[in-house]
Amino acid sequence: MISTKDKALLKKYLPNDDVLTQCMHCGMCLATCPTYEMTKMERSSPRGRIKLIKSVAEGKLDLSNLFAEEMNFCLDCQACETACPAGVQYGKMVESARVVIEHSKVGASKINKLIKKFMLNSVVAKHYRLKLLARVLYFYQNTPLRKWIVNGLAFFPATQKYVEIESLTPTISKHFSSKIIAEKEYPEKPAKYKIAFSTGCIMDVAFADINVDTIEVLKKNECEIITPKDQVCCGSLHAHNGQIDKAKKLAKKNLDVFSKHEYDFLISNSAGCGAFMKEYVHLFKDDPKYAEKAKLFSNRVKDISEFLANIEPSTPMFALKEKVTYHDACHLCHSQKITEEPRKLLRQIPGLEIVNLEESQWCCGSAGIYNVTQHEDAEKILDRKIKNLKETGADIVVTGNPGCIGQLKYGIKKYGLSMEVMHTVTLIKKSLNLKN
Amino acid sequence: MQNSTLNSIRKIVGREHYFDSPEDRVSYSYDGTPMLQQLPEAVVFPQNSEQISELLFLANKEKFSIVPRGAGTGLSGGSIPTENSIVVVMTKWNEILEIDTANLTALVEPGIVTGILQKEVEKLGLFYPPDPGSMNVCTIGGNVAENAGGLRGLKYGVTKNYVLGMEMVLPTGELIKIGGKNVKDVAGYNLKDIVVGSEGTLGIYTKILLKLIPFPTLSKTITVNFKNILDSGKSVADIIAAQITPSMMEFLDNTTMNCVEDYTKIGLDRHSEAMLLIEVDGRGSSVDEDSETILSILKKNNASEIKIADTPAQALLLKTARRSAFSALARRKPTTILEDATVPRSEVPVMIEKIKEAASIFNVSIGNFGHAGDGNLHPTCLTDERDSEEINRVHKAFEFIFNEAIKLGGTITGEHGTGLAKKGFLESAVGKEGVEFMKKIKLAVDPNNVLNPGKILTIAPRCEGALPSRRDQISEFHSHH
Repeated sequence: MISTKDKALLKKYLPNDDVLTQCMHCGMCLATCPTYEMTKMERSSPRGRIKLIKSVAEGKLDLSNLFAEEMNFCLDCQACETACPAGVQYGKMVESARVVIEHSKVGASKINKLIKKFMLNSVVAKHYRLKLLARVLYFYQNTPLRKWIVNGLAFFPATQKYVEIESLTPTISKHFSSKIIAEKEYPEKPAKYKIAFSTGCIMDVAFADINVDTIEVLKKNECEIITPKDQVCCGSLHAHNGQIDKAKKLAKKNLDVFSKHEYDFLISNSAGCGAFMKEYVHLFKDDPKYAEKAKLFSNRVKDISEFLANIEPSTPMFALKEKVTYHDACHLCHSQKITEEPRKLLRQIPGLEIVNLEESQWCCGSAGIYNVTQHEDAEKILDRKIKNLKETGADIVVTGNPGCIGQLKYGIKKYGLSMEVMHTVTLIKKSLNLKN
Repeated sequence: MQNSTLNSIRKIVGREHYFDSPEDRVSYSYDGTPMLQQLPEAVVFPQNSEQISELLFLANKEKFSIVPRGAGTGLSGGSIPTENSIVVVMTKWNEILEIDTANLTALVEPGIVTGILQKEVEKLGLFYPPDPGSMNVCTIGGNVAENAGGLRGLKYGVTKNYVLGMEMVLPTGELIKIGGKNVKDVAGYNLKDIVVGSEGTLGIYTKILLKLIPFPTLSKTITVNFKNILDSGKSVADIIAAQITPSMMEFLDNTTMNCVEDYTKIGLDRHSEAMLLIEVDGRGSSVDEDSETILSILKKNNASEIKIADTPAQALLLKTARRSAFSALARRKPTTILEDATVPRSEVPVMIEKIKEAASIFNVSIGNFGHAGDGNLHPTCLTDERDSEEINRVHKAFEFIFNEAIKLGGTITGEHGTGLAKKGFLESAVGKEGVEFMKKIKLAVDPNNVLNPGKILTIAPRCEGALPSRRDQISEFHSHH
């Protein structure tokens, strides 16, 4: 039986019946779902999960650990949304089910939920603490300490899996991008576009170079850029992990911060962040104070590749003699429907040999913090990606999301491939700076 | 179902292949058919044909039902659990066992996904033409059970035209082999044509032998719009009458076109009344000659806009868009109920009119699309399952459509199967004697009515249990085993 408390949770967080009934269970989603491919079980498929959520909402099925397990097994890659001709909003349903799970007794143990909550709310959401942690990590990664700990973990069978998880921690940049990038940056020529830049949390501390590259490329394309120092995490990791209230709080803060500035576009180079910031408009559609602000904000959010592909490239490009392939980040291709733009940008670079990556739109297993929370499943999904990457024979795999970059780098190292992983904007920067 | 029975079932397939959690039962309570669902008692993934035999022996002994299932994309309720049943899922049987390039055949396990098999044979220059809308998801086993059709049915036929044989477990548990690689084979009854399209009521396939043909190397894909829907129907009839057989001649009405365009955004003309997607293929100059003739027929029939796909990628995009039609219609309303009334090809223009008539008489919203070239239309009602009054009118509209189709010499289902959804109309299509003959076949093969009971046919419930002679047979099978 469902408790009164759970009933209230379901009513508060799950989408209404109209949204749930939209799925006609035709099954067109099955072939695109990495977890269904793994288990061949209906409950690990998008339409199966929707049926479970619907049954729970109707009181026909209890909230159970198995239910929680299935909801968390989902990568939230949203490949099914791309495949769904009926336009079912699957991501929303699973994310709301996760909110219910986080508030209920089912799912991970209380202590695990608390750890996750602490990491997301008290570290990621508080950028100074994330930076502090990153500093500690940087120290850890650049002293013999790391070697000792890894050797220690590898010694005991029970802790061996933590060696893999340990090697997933992104290599921390020596200088965070927010330190290097000035609050206002100006191009050499008069500015054509006014850009606001969202640094992203992970990009800032682990891939600072990519942020710097982004600013450089924007400047060469006649943009003046404002990077507000007081911006906060976009909240996407929280929303995907059942912490919607916290996500909204962060979103509001960003809406307040960015509304103080004048700009044409808000550029993100992290697919996950961009996708979620485009969602703000839906998140606050019933909020009298923030609805209008959110609409104005979301309409101007552009992924860096989306922006660059739609302007005339203003600086001549130099030839790069490389063989590259492109991996579609889920939050670019499925959430934001951006597939053509980055490929167009690659084609603009002279000299590149571009090879097709089989199943380029198949998740790499990173999926936010999935590769940590569901490590073993993520490894299987990664295997498939690596196999496809190997077949391309490319020197460089290009992609547009920090999570994917970290995961692909980890996979390439694990399997001993010699392939570089690069953000689209970094490759463009290389081509802009090289002289023939 | 009794716990002891469930325990026996678990023992047969092994603990790790047996599932009876509420979550698993719920997630196997449906297939692709709207509005039908029923909880199974358990879900099993058998590991070999012996286990399937044992399950059927047990079902006969303990009197429960077995419902075979592939990907669960069927549209007539063929894989929806019945009362007191377990679902036997075949999706993990997904190996291609052999592609014989000397005899042009493929031996596959039933769970192989149709689209994956196609890609594999195409790598060898071969072709497996049947292409149901769900081909990237559905399984060959399900296709054979439903005798699935598809877009290319017009020129290449349907699944039954490519089945050479199979290995299957009978409802009473024995494993039999039917057919083989021979092009000609008249040894005994032509069993495969009874088994193909039997909707899982006569056996569970464990291996399927398919015929392959050479891949047509040339093709041309044409899209054409019409201001008047009747001109589209007339074009179809004229092309057939001109003795041209395109590989595809698909029809979409305005409602369908708009929903597909909402999903795909490939630039379909939202304002015309109808559109045709035509493909001609082959290996020689006939492709060009045929498309010239088709173009002139289209022009004569007031086509408003004719486009020819420039690249194979573009052609594929158009075909994929057409395949999404049924699901895309669900953008408009929560429930989409589609039928596949089929008429002789010359009657397509009349049938299109009759479907419009049904929509206006019963005041329901119908999107129409389908395989105009082979007379197989898919009128689809856009409705809401929560509105019982409207659902009532939807059923009346379909009854009207079925009756009109039969009057025109047509049938109630072209390719989706009878299952649960169209069982009530079967007699009107095949006659009382026809239904009786089918029942006799079913009872002869499945005396206890344990395999997918209640699909296609309603066998009168037997209060007194199985007849003695048949019980003898069962015990015989046991000793045999």
